[in-house]
Amino acid sequence: MTVHASRKARAVGAALLAIGTVTAALAGCSSGGSASSSASGGGGTYTFWDPYPQYTASSAWANLVASCGTKAGVTIKRTGYDTTALTTQALLAAQQGKSPDILLIDNPVVSTLAKAGALTTTAQNGLSTGSIAANILDAGVINGSTYGVPIGANTLALYYNPKILAAAHVSPSSITSWATLTAALAKVKAIGKKGITFAGINTEEGSFQFLPWFWGAGANLTNLDSPQATAALTLWTNWIKDGYAPNSVIQDTQTTAWQEFQVGNVAFAENGTWQKASAAQMGAQLIQIPGENGGVAPVPTGGEFFTIPVQRDTARYATSAKIVSCLSATSNIVTTDNTLNYIAPTQAGQQAQLAADPTLSSWIAAVHVAKARTGDNLATKYPVISQQMWTAVQKAESGAATPAAALATAQAAATAGLSS
Amino acid sequence: MKAITQERSRIRKTATRHRDGAALAAPSRGAPGSRARRTLRSTQWAAWAFIAPVVAYLVLFYAYPLYRNIDLSIRSYTVASFISGDAPFAGFANYSAIISNPTFAPALINTAIFVFASIALQFAIGLALAVFFHRNFRLAGILRALFLVPWLLPLLVSASTWSWMLNSDSGIVNAFLGALGIGPVDWLTSPTWSLAATTIANVWIGIPFNLVIMYSGLQSISGDVLEAASIDGAGGWQRFWRITFPLLRPVSAITLLLGFVYTLKVFDIIWIMTRGGPATSSTTLAIWSYQLSFGSLLPDFSSAAAVGNVLIIIAVLFALIYIRARHRLEGT
Repeated sequence: MTVHASRKARAVGAALLAIGTVTAALAGCSSGGSASSSASGGGGTYTFWDPYPQYTASSAWANLVASCGTKAGVTIKRTGYDTTALTTQALLAAQQGKSPDILLIDNPVVSTLAKAGALTTTAQNGLSTGSIAANILDAGVINGSTYGVPIGANTLALYYNPKILAAAHVSPSSITSWATLTAALAKVKAIGKKGITFAGINTEEGSFQFLPWFWGAGANLTNLDSPQATAALTLWTNWIKDGYAPNSVIQDTQTTAWQEFQVGNVAFAENGTWQKASAAQMGAQLIQIPGENGGVAPVPTGGEFFTIPVQRDTARYATSAKIVSCLSATSNIVTTDNTLNYIAPTQAGQQAQLAADPTLSSWIAAVHVAKARTGDNLATKYPVISQQMWTAVQKAESGAATPAAALATAQAAATAGLSS
Repeated sequence: MKAITQERSRIRKTATRHRDGAALAAPSRGAPGSRARRTLRSTQWAAWAFIAPVVAYLVLFYAYPLYRNIDLSIRSYTVASFISGDAPFAGFANYSAIISNPTFAPALINTAIFVFASIALQFAIGLALAVFFHRNFRLAGILRALFLVPWLLPLLVSASTWSWMLNSDSGIVNAFLGALGIGPVDWLTSPTWSLAATTIANVWIGIPFNLVIMYSGLQSISGDVLEAASIDGAGGWQRFWRITFPLLRPVSAITLLLGFVYTLKVFDIIWIMTRGGPATSSTTLAIWSYQLSFGSLLPDFSSAAAVGNVLIIIAVLFALIYIRARHRLEGT
């Protein structure tokens, strides 16, 4: 009997202890939650997150952020996160009610955060979007509401190595369509050099790099297996098959593809505005990516958006908007965009950049024909489609499937993914 | 025999005397019941206090995350629910969705091939090396230490080095094959070779672990047994298969189980070398789970949790097989 009782007591004790611990754990969670609101409501200090951890507290960017805070009468606490970490960080912060006052985030993530209900619209926060080019602003527009303003835009173009083209007797101006480009690649191969590098990796970078060819054929993201899309993927696949592009493009990121170009054995590299300085150093020049049958192919926009996350204390939005307006004022944004290798999102900004550096004209032209990936009102449908697109690109590049079959599977998977 | 019986009865008598002594001594101390109960209660409290940190630790860091992972996998958890906390109950819908997903079958097959090929090769090579080093020849210590290098290197370094060595155009492996007159192999960029390439790298990384454990297992086998077998005329091969290998069985079992769990969750090597590609040719369940939750711009946490739970179930199944086998081994 006593043994029985003591066993019972022990069981009850264990249960109580377990419940107690769980309750303590939950209490810990909830107290964390309530502490957050007071943190974001701290007087005079505004939090600011950006994806530029490379800029330290003494950098020009950090000084500009601080000075805009001073002008708005507050102190800014700036934190720089790695781009990929920032999305998760922003979601976690929103979950805990600890969102920063201002969040500078990669443009395709805006739709994800907006869908999560973590961002305010410009109608709520009072940001002005009037003079911003519509095609750059598009990444921040979801169902007619705008969720932020772009800091600037970067995009893709074709860099070329003039020495190799001269040796292969290829004139850059002759490259006006896919056929002329492929003919140039053949000539380059004939002199023992590699034709072109790009990033065909199975991540968002792969989709970003494939889009100029996809859109350049006239394909649409809502229809991944159209004949136009198949033509674009066939172009890339044949380049690899014919030895115009190294096999490593299947795995290359934009950085590793660029490193291969830098070695000096490759004639062309599809790469971004951010390689401008490095290209100038090696004497590389630039042409627009051609459309299938001539003309310039639409290119995807890259770059971040200033957003104002949802706060419990809505009175903070006005000051946040003041800070963002200061940061995106023409004189400031031109300095910032020159540092970040971005093209300004406004005409006035672009003119100021062009006056200071005439070599930017090709990039400004490229940005004019650029499209937002999440545009065409795709918003959060884009990530689902994009994932299927880069999977199809990988399958075709590696020979696991034909371009047509890979794209048909991708379209079916995207449809299934969007309907679930 | 008689002596033992006598000794036993002596011990029993002494024990009874002690017990009686304690029983007799208790009343002389006065107020026996309440004090004894108090002592009992305080001892119990002390016992609870001692186990409380362990229980708290287990609940906080093991039970709760596991519960959350299961909870996540049976709900429809979107980015919106991340913030609102409102995720509708979905039952097993996420599980049936991942099972009918075209990536599931290749991921499961790749996981099986990767795990079994890795373990078989790691174990065989590790055991062979352990037997080799057991002879204790000159420089054996230094050579053995060199074999531990892969274990000491950060996985990021090992995997990056392997991916450079296996590069199609400029890798040292293809340069070597070229010198032998064999055409270049697209180790990381062809669907035929990518899984093999990651498995080779993983085997290289896993050999030291098997070597160390099997080597210490060999140390515990008495030389006398092998010597006796040798006198009875057993050759080297027979001594290994009839004596060394069976005696190593308990060590082998735990090495294989640990190797299984480690390999099942391998993520970094594959992610760095191929990112699970090209297409899904080197995608394992662990890689797929990561891709679902962090690989795209729109995280799908519920499906990722479901894939993660499938991995846990597989690991638990094999752990149960191990426990059963162990019981059977102990029973015999």
